[in-house]
Amino acid sequence: MEVFELTLADLRRALRRGDLSAGEATRACLERIARLDPLLHAFLYVAAERALAEAERADRRLRAARRSADDLPPLLGVPMAVKDVLVVEGMPCTAGSKILEGFLPPFTATAVRRLQEAGAIVIGKTNTDEFAMGSSTENSAYGPTRNPWALDRVPGGSSGGSAAAVAARLVPAALGSDTGGSVRQPAAFCGLTGLKPTYGRVSRYGLIAYGSSLDCVGPLARTAEDAALLFALLAGRDPLDSTSADLPLTLPDLEAASTSRPLRGLRIGVPDEYFVAGIQPEVEAGVRAAVEALAGLGAEVCPIRLPHTEYALPVYYILAPAEASANLARYDGIRYGPRLAGASPQEVMARTRGQRFGAEVERRIMLGTYALSRGYYEAYYAQAQKVRTLIRRDFEAAFERVDLIAAPVAPTTAFPLGAHRDDPLSMYLEDIYTLPANLAGVPGLAFPVGFDDQGLPLSMQLMAAPFREDLLLLAAHAYQQVADWHRRAPRLEGGAPQN
Amino acid sequence: MPLSIEEVRHIALLARLELDEEALERYSRQLSSILDHMARLREVDTSGVLPALGPLTAAPLRPDEARPGLSSEALLKNAPEVEAGQFRIPPVFEGE
Repeated sequence: MEVFELTLADLRRALRRGDLSAGEATRACLERIARLDPLLHAFLYVAAERALAEAERADRRLRAARRSADDLPPLLGVPMAVKDVLVVEGMPCTAGSKILEGFLPPFTATAVRRLQEAGAIVIGKTNTDEFAMGSSTENSAYGPTRNPWALDRVPGGSSGGSAAAVAARLVPAALGSDTGGSVRQPAAFCGLTGLKPTYGRVSRYGLIAYGSSLDCVGPLARTAEDAALLFALLAGRDPLDSTSADLPLTLPDLEAASTSRPLRGLRIGVPDEYFVAGIQPEVEAGVRAAVEALAGLGAEVCPIRLPHTEYALPVYYILAPAEASANLARYDGIRYGPRLAGASPQEVMARTRGQRFGAEVERRIMLGTYALSRGYYEAYYAQAQKVRTLIRRDFEAAFERVDLIAAPVAPTTAFPLGAHRDDPLSMYLEDIYTLPANLAGVPGLAFPVGFDDQGLPLSMQLMAAPFREDLLLLAAHAYQQVADWHRRAPRLEGGAPQN
Repeated sequence: MPLSIEEVRHIALLARLELDEEALERYSRQLSSILDHMARLREVDTSGVLPALGPLTAAPLRPDEARPGLSSEALLKNAPEVEAGQFRIPPVFEGE
């Protein structure tokens, strides 16, 4: 087996056993990035020298501790990629925007620092829709990323660079961020397992803010086991993020997933509202078949109602832009990034912002500014916040009856590049199944459940009550013990994708 | 509810975005169609419903103590123009 074929868990074991060195693993990733990333454009920055130096240090520790490898940090020597909205000290960070061109962060995001302290090596920064605003990675100011399963398709977004990098086996896993589906939808489009944790479960310190009441940092991995490994390291209270939760972490007992009927006692609800007109028939069939498979593993399945689902889209596209319009006020051409000349501070700001922000960012800033402006605040922002309460209550009521909610991740499989050009609303509709979890704050997990007739990955989303990520990971891991969709890899070197 | 070019121009001013006429026209069209979709929120009865403000868990309190942070040198490193340890901007008041 080639190095790049190893999952995160496999790679970790191989490093500890000494079957492989961190230097070899890192060089294998770098070599693959150099060869395949020109096709994909998953990376905005590759920290080759720094990664190799860190690998050398990791190898010294691995060699010294070979006989007591249990005491080593859990990810020592494992290369990973990080979405370019999480800052890493000394690594250029743009958030996919020209307004941050040349920005060199003076500190490191807590989520990244936790992985580094666990021994992981950040090999580079991955492409994203500008400021994480988008569902296809086409809104990156540095050009789109392509889907490894079909190069004329988008990888999803906004964490499309991370998804493409993991799916193409350039790195074993990557970090993304999810404000309205930006981890789960690219995971779905690229055949990966992607976790959006509960709001507040993972620190947002050092995550470039988009919608602060919605933003979550989460892993994109090839298996639920790998996602669980990363989640365990990422989660926890951080004094630097006042919204991070101070709650004990429940980790899934993945060993239990190999017993017979491991999901016995779990109740799974299937909401009618998530299977509506416009859904690609194969997407629905894939989800329904996967629900059957979970029932075969012992889960009980019943229909449920989430009556306010249809309002998630308008609520989200008022609240997220409103928060964005405030969060992005800091990009003023004064504190960081390039500056356009002007006669007054106002002119400097307006000119720099008008020239350096892309169209989708401008659109959302304008939408948010409008929703917060005098005369419209009550009708838009205040009403959206109230409907958000009703959406939260839908979930609270559902989770009194069931442990998990099964749904599609997106209405379609990966769409062609340019499919939603010039029609922003049609692009927003791609998010209808992922937005509710962000609005309610509940965790969601996407994982592969098959392929459509174009050979593109099909995916299912599970959602759970706040802070029950363990149930999501357990169910997906149990499924991955009886299914092998997650083991299939796109074939990038000649010929059609393989599945 | 269509947004006029003048309304869009006003929003752009509030948002500190310098836009050309073509962009104003385009955003007037696009924002109008997006706001049309948002208008559906008005059909929801929210009487007596409180807005969903705040995270799921209350933030724990901490003592109000000064802590070391990033140095001003580190913070100024990314600024386009710096003078005497401060951000430099064009004059705010003319003729002084």
